Amino acid sequence: MTPLIEALLLQAGYNAALVAVGAALLGFAAGAAGTFLFLRKRALVSDAVAHATLPGVGLAFIAMVWLGGDGRNLLGLLTGSAVTAGIGLLAVEWMTRRTRLSEDAAIGAVLSVFFGLGIVILTVIQTMSSGRQAGLESFLLGSTAGMLFQDAIVIAVGGSLAVLATWVMRRPMTLVAFDAEYAAASGVNVPGIDRLMMALVMAVTVIGLKIVGLILIVAMLIIPPVTARFWTERSQSLIWYAGGIGGVSGYLGAAFSASAPDLPTGPIIVLVAALLFLLSLFLAPARGVAAAVFRHRRFQRKVHRRQGLLALARREPIHDELTLRVLRGEGLIRADGVATETGRAQAAKIARDERRWDVAREIHQDTGLAGRYDGLTPIEEVFAPDEIAEFDRRIGGPRAKREGP
Amino acid sequence: MGSEFVMFSLTPMLIGVLASVACALPGNFLILRRQALIGDAISHVVLPGIVVAFLLTGVVAAIPMLLGAAGAAVVAVVLIEAIKRLGRIEPGAAMGVTFTTLFAGGVLLLEQSDTSSVHLDVEHALMGNLESLVWLRATDWSSLIDPWALAGVPEELPRIAVVCAGVILLTLVFWRWLKISTFDEGFAQALGLPVGAIGMGLVITAAVAAVAAFDAVGSIIVIAMFICPPAAARMMTNGLERQVWWSVLFAVISAVLGYVLAGYGPLWLGGENAVSAAGMIATVSGIILALACAFGPHRARVGARAEV
Repeated sequence: MTPLIEALLLQAGYNAALVAVGAALLGFAAGAAGTFLFLRKRALVSDAVAHATLPGVGLAFIAMVWLGGDGRNLLGLLTGSAVTAGIGLLAVEWMTRRTRLSEDAAIGAVLSVFFGLGIVILTVIQTMSSGRQAGLESFLLGSTAGMLFQDAIVIAVGGSLAVLATWVMRRPMTLVAFDAEYAAASGVNVPGIDRLMMALVMAVTVIGLKIVGLILIVAMLIIPPVTARFWTERSQSLIWYAGGIGGVSGYLGAAFSASAPDLPTGPIIVLVAALLFLLSLFLAPARGVAAAVFRHRRFQRKVHRRQGLLALARREPIHDELTLRVLRGEGLIRADGVATETGRAQAAKIARDERRWDVAREIHQDTGLAGRYDGLTPIEEVFAPDEIAEFDRRIGGPRAKREGP
Repeated sequence: MGSEFVMFSLTPMLIGVLASVACALPGNFLILRRQALIGDAISHVVLPGIVVAFLLTGVVAAIPMLLGAAGAAVVAVVLIEAIKRLGRIEPGAAMGVTFTTLFAGGVLLLEQSDTSSVHLDVEHALMGNLESLVWLRATDWSSLIDPWALAGVPEELPRIAVVCAGVILLTLVFWRWLKISTFDEGFAQALGLPVGAIGMGLVITAAVAAVAAFDAVGSIIVIAMFICPPAAARMMTNGLERQVWWSVLFAVISAVLGYVLAGYGPLWLGGENAVSAAGMIATVSGIILALACAFGPHRARVGARAEV
């Protein structure tokens, strides 16, 4: 456990600390930039962008070698990857707009073809100059071993710029994400904003190549926003939640992977994010599965309690197991099924409520109030006391009986 | 030339062609149903499937790996459905969450387990090793009728041939059902067709084709062949029958041309070594798609306005 704590406190060595900070920044930028992609329901476009970086990396390497350079300069490789990613993006857009293909087909076509081309270029590089190991395969799954300080600077600066751009453009991007037609009608340049969103995604993908690799960077763009969505209903806070979740995943993942051998950084970061997603899916307060089950149970008990009490009031036998359990649990009936004192009182109250509702629905046939009758809501929550008194006057009968001789 | 071709190029080329056709056929329906990216998702989750199969059995054998991969594909489809329903998340994002997570798990398992002694790594999974599937016992064309030589064909060839035949058979048998439920699900339901089962069956068929092809040619070809030939075929015609024929034609052209370009292209350009055949096949299919998008007679949406 100690190596893990050391790694978490950035004490596990210079490289590990560099990777952890870089991964946290990358995670934050990816989560924030991915938010709008998710809201626009275009999450998988990022997959095409990510795969389209591969030929760029290869071509940039070849170009740099031809120009007499080392070929492994990170900035140069990232520039190259951005160029082909941009071409891939335009290809997706062009196919979706100009042909009858749907966007998912265009995404799949671009990602597979660009990736295939990238592999071809990689094999060319392998044979191009024997002895010079390019190591470009590390961009497939990321490789944090031997990350340099200047690489971390590239990631930090790029990530900060992406977050800043996301924050500055958050309003038009929200508008386009939620209602593109309204945005177009109110003069927002929708294709421009779409392109900006994609440019942000592209920037994050490119700077994430080193740490997470191009196959898994998609996860950093998709999982944090999806996870954040469980915790908030507001798009403005969604950016920060998603960024936070991405940052935490990046940091924790990098620390875990530094704490033991054979734990590749990229996959671990993704798995940490997936774990957070899973926890949110089940435990989030409003949208989580546990909360939904709990709500359903409460509703079920309410229905069974009400129907059980109505049956008591009408002196009908109750056979349903759950109903009996609910009534017994609240001490409304005895173990043998006979109503207790409170049970009778509650049953009378529910029966009166039901009769009042009957009258209410007769009187207010066309108003919104009577429409709120769902067989569960006590009438006191919907109508004012004087109105209820009026209903009681109309019911008449029972009161006369109770006041009786 | 003849003997060299039979020995080194015939079997990889055949395997490439069969794998391409096996993927392109279900791809037609996936594209029309807007499920094109299922192929992408499946080919990512195949990796954890085969790693788990390897860890359970301890050997790199075909059958357990195919079972493992098919199992992983089914798990992925179920997970995507579950996340979509439980979390009320749009399909694309649910898919993205699922396949990246499973892929990450596969890579982690691979790194953790001792697979250095066997031929199992991520790059191999992505790129395949089409070039290495040579037929060493062949001497020339007469080997095609020589039982001893035929017994020595790479085992991937009969396997992908069986799968390809199975996919063709399934497509023919369920043709009407597939057609009706793809174009008008409501009508299919009204006719009493098991729409859900047809959809699931299509995805499972695609998964089996993907897994078998993946084993031989790597996942790039799988994704490319699921999408590019059917998408290009969609630009050529409005009839489903003709579209399927076009897609098969494009798949065969991509496989043959891609293989030839990868093997001989660099020689023509003065290079010495061949480039990745899988990557080149995907590239050729992309070029075909680009040409179809630019010049195909039915490339435009008819009657639909441009989307915002």
